[in-house]
Amino acid sequence: MITSTCRNLTFETIEPWAGLKRAMELGQAGIIREVTDSGIKGRGGAGFPAGVKWNLCAAAKDPLKYIICNADEGEPGTFKDRVILTDFADLVFEGMIIAAMAIKATEGILYLRGEYTYLREGLEAQLLALRVNKKLGENACGVKGFDFNIKIRMGSGAYVCGEETALIESLEGHRGEPRNRPPYPVNTGFNGHSTAVNNVESLAWISCILSKGSKWFSQHGTEKSTGLKLFSVSGDCDKPGVYELPLGITVAELLVEVGGSNAKAVQIGGASGRCVPAIEFDRKIAYEDIPTGGSVIVFGPGRDMLDVAQNFLEFMVEESCGQCTPCRYGNPTLLEGVQMLREGRCSAGYLKELVSLGETIQIASKCGLGQSSANAFLSIVKHFKEEIMGRAIGDA
Amino acid sequence: MNLMTQQERLRSELEELVERLGTERSSLMPILQEVQRKYYRISDYAIQVIADLLDIHPVEVHAVVSFYSFLDFKPKGRFVIRLCRTLCCDMANKDRVARQLCNDLGIQFGETTPDGKFTLEYANCIGMCDQGPALLVNDHVYTRVTPEMVNQIIVGCRQVFGLHATQQPMEQ
Repeated sequence: MITSTCRNLTFETIEPWAGLKRAMELGQAGIIREVTDSGIKGRGGAGFPAGVKWNLCAAAKDPLKYIICNADEGEPGTFKDRVILTDFADLVFEGMIIAAMAIKATEGILYLRGEYTYLREGLEAQLLALRVNKKLGENACGVKGFDFNIKIRMGSGAYVCGEETALIESLEGHRGEPRNRPPYPVNTGFNGHSTAVNNVESLAWISCILSKGSKWFSQHGTEKSTGLKLFSVSGDCDKPGVYELPLGITVAELLVEVGGSNAKAVQIGGASGRCVPAIEFDRKIAYEDIPTGGSVIVFGPGRDMLDVAQNFLEFMVEESCGQCTPCRYGNPTLLEGVQMLREGRCSAGYLKELVSLGETIQIASKCGLGQSSANAFLSIVKHFKEEIMGRAIGDA
Repeated sequence: MNLMTQQERLRSELEELVERLGTERSSLMPILQEVQRKYYRISDYAIQVIADLLDIHPVEVHAVVSFYSFLDFKPKGRFVIRLCRTLCCDMANKDRVARQLCNDLGIQFGETTPDGKFTLEYANCIGMCDQGPALLVNDHVYTRVTPEMVNQIIVGCRQVFGLHATQQPMEQ
């Protein structure tokens, strides 16, 4: 099996099912309070407070509720969910059971991206074991009247399905096109029912929070970005792999950890994130400064930033669902612009137009993909004008 | 003996499949994924049959197939090779692996070999960014692929294919 290098993960030290035991003692309101107190925000990158989400779901008057685990990990540079599902899937399932208790869900769905089909067999075996051990099924975990099951559904190669409403559309058997929000899935989710969609890592952390307490979690990180976070580190560094680090760490500190201190820039948050130049390495990786789902791609001194912009734009052009015109037509135009820059035939005026177009895409697209599709391009233009302007063909 | 045309056989197999997976709309993706896996494509006829069984317009099914990159109208090869083209694999020299794949298979990206065994495609980030260049052969993942390894991977697939016509590639 293919393994990524991981270092000192808290997940390794967690006693199995201790979180669930504690959750059963706390009861519905207690679980939500504990999760809210921990301050944990969505680990997929959007950063919505998990406690608030569960509270809204719990409050929804709906006899049929769903908890969905978003395992459609498609952000370029991210692979921590693959590692979690390979080595710590029980923590994720435990988190889903805890979620079901908190919001009174009757069904859980793990939406696994098609590219990770090789993980499915192992996950199904684990789910079967949970059913045999009565952790799932009727009167699950020995709680009378608590009927809860988890099934796995596969994606089919669409990045946009990582967006929660697109994911729900896909589950319902439609094209994975994001919905207008509101209504939010907590009220109108899968098949119109109240649905909590949580990231793989969020659910695993929630098991830890219940097991070790919200205070343990919130002592890490910053005031607005509490807790620990997994980072997927790749690119030009000595030690790529998965790292567990507190939020609020600076880019420079992270680079020391991973052996990439000579970097000229770091892409944080993948194709939808932003490119941080060396002069800003003192900035914090946290929801209030540079938010991320954990993707960190290091660029060494020899990298051409136009290559980066081009690769990410090609990605966005390919993965845009095409609903919103700014995203559908805007990104190909930006990509054309990158080609012009590459060939040294882009005027300063036209570059300005491109930046303005990028900003339009940010505000005029309805989903997270569209809104962030121009981020990489814009941050590269902002910070690397010297490198990208006035090129002759063959320059790099 | 009951002789059936190919279409009749496909229809009866699809009926079985839909009965197993359910006729509600939310079963559509699992149904299509299974059809793709089994027949290497989702034909117009299959779309019509599935639409009938789910009681929806065939265009609804067509729209879904056209949206997802792992679902196809045109027949795919028994082995679909998907090379990751996203940044980290790109930085790890995926272009050299790509060239070798084209050379060894004699096709370009987006094409299928005339014998119907191999389809060559690009994939967007497959989550192996710390171990690039990476590629998928059907559901199997290969990492740190070198141009030299390309031939071994292809030979491995051909051997499996020769022994028993399964779509599972050899264990790495």
